Amino acid sequence: MSGEVITYREAVRRAIREAIQRDPRVFLMGEDVGRYGGCYAVTKGLLEELGEDRIRDTPLSESAFVGAGIGAAMAGMRPIVEVMTVNFSLLALDQIVNNAATIPHMSGGQFAVPVVIRMATGAGKQLAAQHSHSLEGWYAHVPGLRILAPATIEDARHMLGAALADPNPVLIFEHVMLYNLEGELDPAVSAVDIARARVRRAGRDVTLVSYGGSLGKTLAAAETLAADGIEAEVIDLRVLRPLDMATVEASVARTRRCVIVDEGWRSGSLAAEIGMRLAEGPAFFELDAPLARVCSAEVPIPYAAHMEQAALPQPATIAATARGLVKPA
Amino acid sequence: MPSLGADMESAILVEWSVKPGDTLRRGDIIGVVETEKGAIEIEVFEDCVVEELVVAVGTEVKVDGVLARLRGTREAAAPATAPARPAVVPPPAAPPAAAPREPVPRAVPPLPSTRVRASPAARREAKARGIALDGLTGSGVYGAVCLADVARAAAAAPARKPRGGFDPAAMRRAIGNAMSRSKREIPHYYLTQSISLGAALAWLARENESRPVTERLLPAALLLKATALALARVPALNGFFTDGEFVAGKGIHIGWAVSLRGGGLIAPALHDADRLSLTALMAKLRDLVQRARTGGLRSSEMMDPTITVTSLGERSAEAVLPIIYPPQVAVIGFGSVNERPWVDAGRVAPQPVVVATLGADHRVSDGHRGGQLLAEIDHHLQHPEAL
Amino acid sequence: MSHKPHLDHAHLLGLLGTMIRIRAFEAKCAELYQRQKIRGFLHLYDGEEAISTGVMTALGADDTVVATYREHGQAIARGIPMTVLMAELYGKLEGCCRGRGGSMHVFDRTRRFLGGNAIVGGGLPLALGVALADRMRGKATATACFFGEGAVDEGEFHETLNLAALWKAPVLFVCENNLYSMGTPLAVAEAQTDIRAKAASYGIPGETVDGMDVIAVEVAATRALDAIRAGQGPQFIECRTYRFRAHSMFDAQLYRAKDEVEEWKAKGPIARFRGWLERSGLAYDDEVLRLEQAADAEVAAAVEFAEAGTWEPIEDLERFVTMDEVPA
Repeated sequence: MSGEVITYREAVRRAIREAIQRDPRVFLMGEDVGRYGGCYAVTKGLLEELGEDRIRDTPLSESAFVGAGIGAAMAGMRPIVEVMTVNFSLLALDQIVNNAATIPHMSGGQFAVPVVIRMATGAGKQLAAQHSHSLEGWYAHVPGLRILAPATIEDARHMLGAALADPNPVLIFEHVMLYNLEGELDPAVSAVDIARARVRRAGRDVTLVSYGGSLGKTLAAAETLAADGIEAEVIDLRVLRPLDMATVEASVARTRRCVIVDEGWRSGSLAAEIGMRLAEGPAFFELDAPLARVCSAEVPIPYAAHMEQAALPQPATIAATARGLVKPA
Repeated sequence: MPSLGADMESAILVEWSVKPGDTLRRGDIIGVVETEKGAIEIEVFEDCVVEELVVAVGTEVKVDGVLARLRGTREAAAPATAPARPAVVPPPAAPPAAAPREPVPRAVPPLPSTRVRASPAARREAKARGIALDGLTGSGVYGAVCLADVARAAAAAPARKPRGGFDPAAMRRAIGNAMSRSKREIPHYYLTQSISLGAALAWLARENESRPVTERLLPAALLLKATALALARVPALNGFFTDGEFVAGKGIHIGWAVSLRGGGLIAPALHDADRLSLTALMAKLRDLVQRARTGGLRSSEMMDPTITVTSLGERSAEAVLPIIYPPQVAVIGFGSVNERPWVDAGRVAPQPVVVATLGADHRVSDGHRGGQLLAEIDHHLQHPEAL
Repeated sequence: MSHKPHLDHAHLLGLLGTMIRIRAFEAKCAELYQRQKIRGFLHLYDGEEAISTGVMTALGADDTVVATYREHGQAIARGIPMTVLMAELYGKLEGCCRGRGGSMHVFDRTRRFLGGNAIVGGGLPLALGVALADRMRGKATATACFFGEGAVDEGEFHETLNLAALWKAPVLFVCENNLYSMGTPLAVAEAQTDIRAKAASYGIPGETVDGMDVIAVEVAATRALDAIRAGQGPQFIECRTYRFRAHSMFDAQLYRAKDEVEEWKAKGPIARFRGWLERSGLAYDDEVLRLEQAADAEVAAAVEFAEAGTWEPIEDLERFVTMDEVPA
């Protein structure tokens, strides 16, 4: 592929620009998306390009502007609501969980809520406990929501388009450590699905399941394992709700071992859900070792760098966990 | 007693605001009940006259219990309103009971300490191979027995020491497990072919005349050799299905089903059956059957068959539909040889006929391939001199 | 385009009739709840009829309504048939939401009725969103957003008003101040009890209206909607009213005195309007009686409809969790 090399940030920016230019119903609103250019510089320049009507700065009112996005979607628009980070989305939980997720079902199918809510998520920048959450697993618990976690340049570029076309509320989680990620954009790809997981690396000895900001660490762990003669298969979930368990199960049926890597805390996490789904299905009988997971330590994420890194999943831990399943001491 | 909320079960009547004979209008208060939230007034919902106050002050009454009897006074200006209305409309069925949607797994009792820890995959493999888990050393996580341990145990299985005996119950179990697994997992398809053995048996008779008794050939040798040669031409039916794909056998090693005295069936391998001369094949066959019956088989003879052939023998059914022995991908059965009318060049004449049946794994081959094999076997049996 | 209320006979009887219909419906609901036909939470509108009636009569078919869990009055005034409303309260498939929502979640797409919201203040951002969408699409429509004075304490109220004023969103905020937020009197919850003043602090013009006077409400609503349609941005109406029944069915009303309730009942919207009509010779006894009988008949038919209704099949449990497409 001879594509352009761009950042994840630029990929998202292009996706937003294209969506707004193509469809008059699409507009973006959120805190500091316009004049400031976006907290993570994703929307830099877009206000000048696209105008105030389509790029709307909002006051610090998560509940109101997320709810307004929901109402506008019900009234025929296709808004992109940007919540600065998942940490602030807690202020809008009522609108997301009590309105967006329920209205189609609760109204007996009378109203759809085609709203897209983008949020930055995750830790790694020493922003301390209140700014370092990974709560996409919480949202993946709620029926009625579709949850996406683009981990590659391609997904950052194209998932938004698919999300806007979906008649249901879609939440897109962009890990803060990915915005500077660089990669080649394949010009032949113009759309992606928002339904399937992808095998990012084929392997034979153990399946490593991950998503979002943890994908890179998982791939790094796979390289370490390869040097040890262990070939790991790495799956990028891409969609956290609904989960594509078919892809995961098929892989585990072959490798017979599975490690799930999830930046959330392990208790009641997405990793717990995936593990349970493996255990309760036919994949159970293929297992040659217990299921395993690598999650964040059960602590509020600390500020000091060494402590923060100790709390988060790391390639070394992922590799060691996988090795422990393949070659137990 | 009205229900005022889902969590209200009963209340105490603490006051009557009326007496029998009083006339009330819709919305008037008739009394007060004490609930856990406090005292709440009760209203009537139609114009009426109080006939009887059934419950005395201070009584606790359950929701729906009768408190008083009233007589409606308002003439129906409109279709009768509830509550006095009899059920003209048949009461609709109660909401469908929610059937449990997903089976809730029962609580798993704690692991007794005598139970062997083994991974699900290892457990299944051990069962299929008839290998007992106890006594196996586990090299897996938590010291569990895993697939590698079972494979090691299977490979190291000592060849039957010639002790002249075997455990028929254990054998039955192992066969049962293997056959169950086969039927469960392998999508079998079957093809049959009636084969005229006139030429073959005639040739056999002539051939045996010129041989010493110890080297005389049995029809089984012809069937085996013909099958082996056919497989050389149709290798897709000679091999194993493991880990989701077909692996061709490295050589044609036919497992010949031998029945044992006391019940039991064993199918040790005749190695490289396609390369053996009929004489050599016959000798090996005799040897194999004898050692099978006395318990002197080698483990390689047990592990190596790339296909199984079973022959029913003299006084038996005319065709057999055998079950594939996993992980092989095909099985061939020969019924008894019977005189049957046979059409040749437009004329009907009696011939010795055997029905050959192929059972094959549809994941690996299809009817076309299977038919090819049977045709090859037939062909070879029509040219016995070339066997 | 200005919409002046035509106070002719038909219109006036229409207003009275709507209020009588709402009252009759609510009374029946109380009875049915006590007989366990209606379950869950039930919040009745007795005493506040003038507000939904007055506002709704000023709204057009293309306008949108967002209401609260005490929304039977809004639903009936908006034209949602009593039959599908009652069936919804029964939990029947024939209900407006297939029995999914019950009393607190009435939705009607064709009448642009967006609930029915059980979270106090939860509907305000939705109303803002609808209004924003309409404005962005160049429509001259308005969104009427009903809420109680309790909602005024939630952050969502303040966030929404600020944003609505900032974006000149065509929202008509209607506060039904019935003096009690469940069991908490106004003065115990509000440092500033003048609700209209709160809206004014966001730059939103407002009016305080006697919520027991249906004409006053209609006039105020008309004036506000004219301003909205003229592009002047959101407007606020605080309607002072009173709730004759308890907050919900299981409420001993320990927080207010019985004679206070009786005092308000005497100056309730129906009694007051009917009295005024009769004194002014604008309506006669027999006309009012006919309205009452018609209302009772309509309610009875609604009950019959609900009783005869069916239950949504359990197999449809997961239907509409996700939508295959946006309904046209």
